[in-house]
Amino acid sequence: MTVNRFTSKSPKRAEHIIEWCIRGIASVSIMLIFLIFLFVFREALTVFSSADSAPAPAHAVTSANGPAPPHPPPMEAAPSDAVSANNATGHLFYSPRNPLYPDIYNAETGELPADIDDVNPAPDQAPSHRETSLANNLAGSVWQPVGEHHQFGVMPLLVGTAKTTLIAILFGAPLGILAAIYTAFFAGRKTREFIKPIIELLAGFPSVVIGFFCLTTLASVLQTMFHLDFRLNALVGGIGLSLAVLPIVYSLSEEALSAVPRTLREASLALGSTEWQTAYRVMLPAAAPGVIAAVILGIGRAFGETMIAIMATGNAPLGDWNPFMPARTLAATIGSEMGEVVWGSEHYGVLFLLGAFLLIVSFVLNSVTEYYVKKRLIKKFQGH
Amino acid sequence: MTGRFATQFPLSKRLLGAFALGIALTACVAVVGIILGMLADFAVHGGAHITWEFLTEYPRNSNTEGGIFPALAGTTFLVLLMTLMGVPLGTITAVYLTEYARQGSALSKFIRFAVNTLAGVPSIVFALFGVGFFIQFVGKGLDAVTGASIFADGSLLWCSATLAILTLPVVIVSVEEALRSVPRELREASLALGATRLQTIIKVAIPNALSGILTGSILAVGRGAGEVAAILFVGVTYSAGSLPDGVTDKFMHLGYHLYVLATQSPDVEATLPLQYATTVVLLALTFTLNFGAIYLRSRLRKNR
Repeated sequence: MTVNRFTSKSPKRAEHIIEWCIRGIASVSIMLIFLIFLFVFREALTVFSSADSAPAPAHAVTSANGPAPPHPPPMEAAPSDAVSANNATGHLFYSPRNPLYPDIYNAETGELPADIDDVNPAPDQAPSHRETSLANNLAGSVWQPVGEHHQFGVMPLLVGTAKTTLIAILFGAPLGILAAIYTAFFAGRKTREFIKPIIELLAGFPSVVIGFFCLTTLASVLQTMFHLDFRLNALVGGIGLSLAVLPIVYSLSEEALSAVPRTLREASLALGSTEWQTAYRVMLPAAAPGVIAAVILGIGRAFGETMIAIMATGNAPLGDWNPFMPARTLAATIGSEMGEVVWGSEHYGVLFLLGAFLLIVSFVLNSVTEYYVKKRLIKKFQGH
Repeated sequence: MTGRFATQFPLSKRLLGAFALGIALTACVAVVGIILGMLADFAVHGGAHITWEFLTEYPRNSNTEGGIFPALAGTTFLVLLMTLMGVPLGTITAVYLTEYARQGSALSKFIRFAVNTLAGVPSIVFALFGVGFFIQFVGKGLDAVTGASIFADGSLLWCSATLAILTLPVVIVSVEEALRSVPRELREASLALGATRLQTIIKVAIPNALSGILTGSILAVGRGAGEVAAILFVGVTYSAGSLPDGVTDKFMHLGYHLYVLATQSPDVEATLPLQYATTVVLLALTFTLNFGAIYLRSRLRKNR
């Protein structure tokens, strides 16, 4: 036997170096995860630090934009008023620098205004000084970030997000759970092997494709069915979001239902209950923590989904709970306004603040499922 | 017990049973119907417009005619670069987590929690991170060092980096799963023969987990190929006269192209065929990647 390769000195040193590289790279990637929190919050905090010093740095944006309507759109607007409000808000954000902008999309007809110069007259003068403090501004009820008075009232955005998320869950959760119950307990093997991959296929749909489907097909179908005033509204957006939520709720519920020990089912059947009683009264409650986790993760998905919300909700920050009115979500606001904003301006900071809020909410929802629900599920099956 | 609706039960109970079964079946049929309906809608409206010219030509007349070649190429570049950055990073992190980190320690639990949380973060937040970290911090820093002004703007490079981080949890989780599935005996045999820990990892664990690593990478690529929100203002553009010359150029992307065509085109009705055809191409791309991953995973599970 020649020199033992594994005990000689130099390879060992090389190994040490490689091992430290692995540790180093792993810590870099883990650090990146935490940097996400750090940097989103860092940019968001610029809003508070610059609140008193910078006199509205959004000049470039304002001068490139049409003037803002002096008064906010009425909140309890009749449909006809809301159309104009919707249009007005849309034109507000129109910027000649970038001829492509979703908000000038007419929610009712699905068309662009024929002559943009008509609705977007000469540029405004320099923006006036901010009168209200930032906190008051954020608590306001008008979202109108561009124009004479920057108004960053997040209420309409919160209402819009809550409205579309609620619709998405109302459609997505029952459908997903019931479909999971069917495939887990009632369907035969062949049916299951047909249904499961199809629903899982939906998880692979890029959200822009779902958004496109809602925008072109679903919106028209719903409008002709219910004679809606607005082609794009919270209902269309909510149903679109439910398509994103469905595969999550379905897969996780199915997993939870299948994980319930078979003994429970056999005991229930042996005691004389029917299959459906067993499914709904024994298996579903037993898997409840997992199903709840699925719904919570679904809420998180609907809450933060951007492309479907941008394309299908109509994007008007109305602050109205009517599901047939257009809505604008937090994520859609970031998605559609971030490209236009002057980096470093107050508007930029406010958008990061919204992003930080999304991050916190998704973090909380994840923590709840991780720590509370999963532990309960494990406890339940391992005895108390 | 003679079956699902055994006659010994009273009528009311049997009706309730039929209702319970019926509602679950209806939900299932509805869901499958919507999905197949969507696919049929895309195939019927878009299938005929997919020609060789459509795939290989540049868009003309401000995106209302012509093909999607730059968007297809841009998506490919993006996905390749993202894979080059994300997959090694994710794999090494997974190796560290399974082989080096003390299992069950507070730190490794915390890291796992962070990775899981990252998977649930909305993609628009990643776009903000791309702006706040890559462009405003790293890009500005690089520009300050080099004295040029090339990095402090949206580009293919920063989009790929953002997507690499977005897909990091997918890679980490699949590689971890694959490494865990390597039988303990193999490692023990390797160690008993005198191999060191690193040799065992490189020569035994990773080759055995290779298909898992591949699956994770493909899933990540599939997720990244269809992701639009995360790159919205990090460097994607709606019209590029040519392909990107380098990684610091802006580029076109299939999903973003569809978004722009559908919402911001001067004549939305006229470009509908283009929109449908783009949708079909995008779906075909993501499905191919996803099916590849599913196939590999099923092979992996069979081999276990």
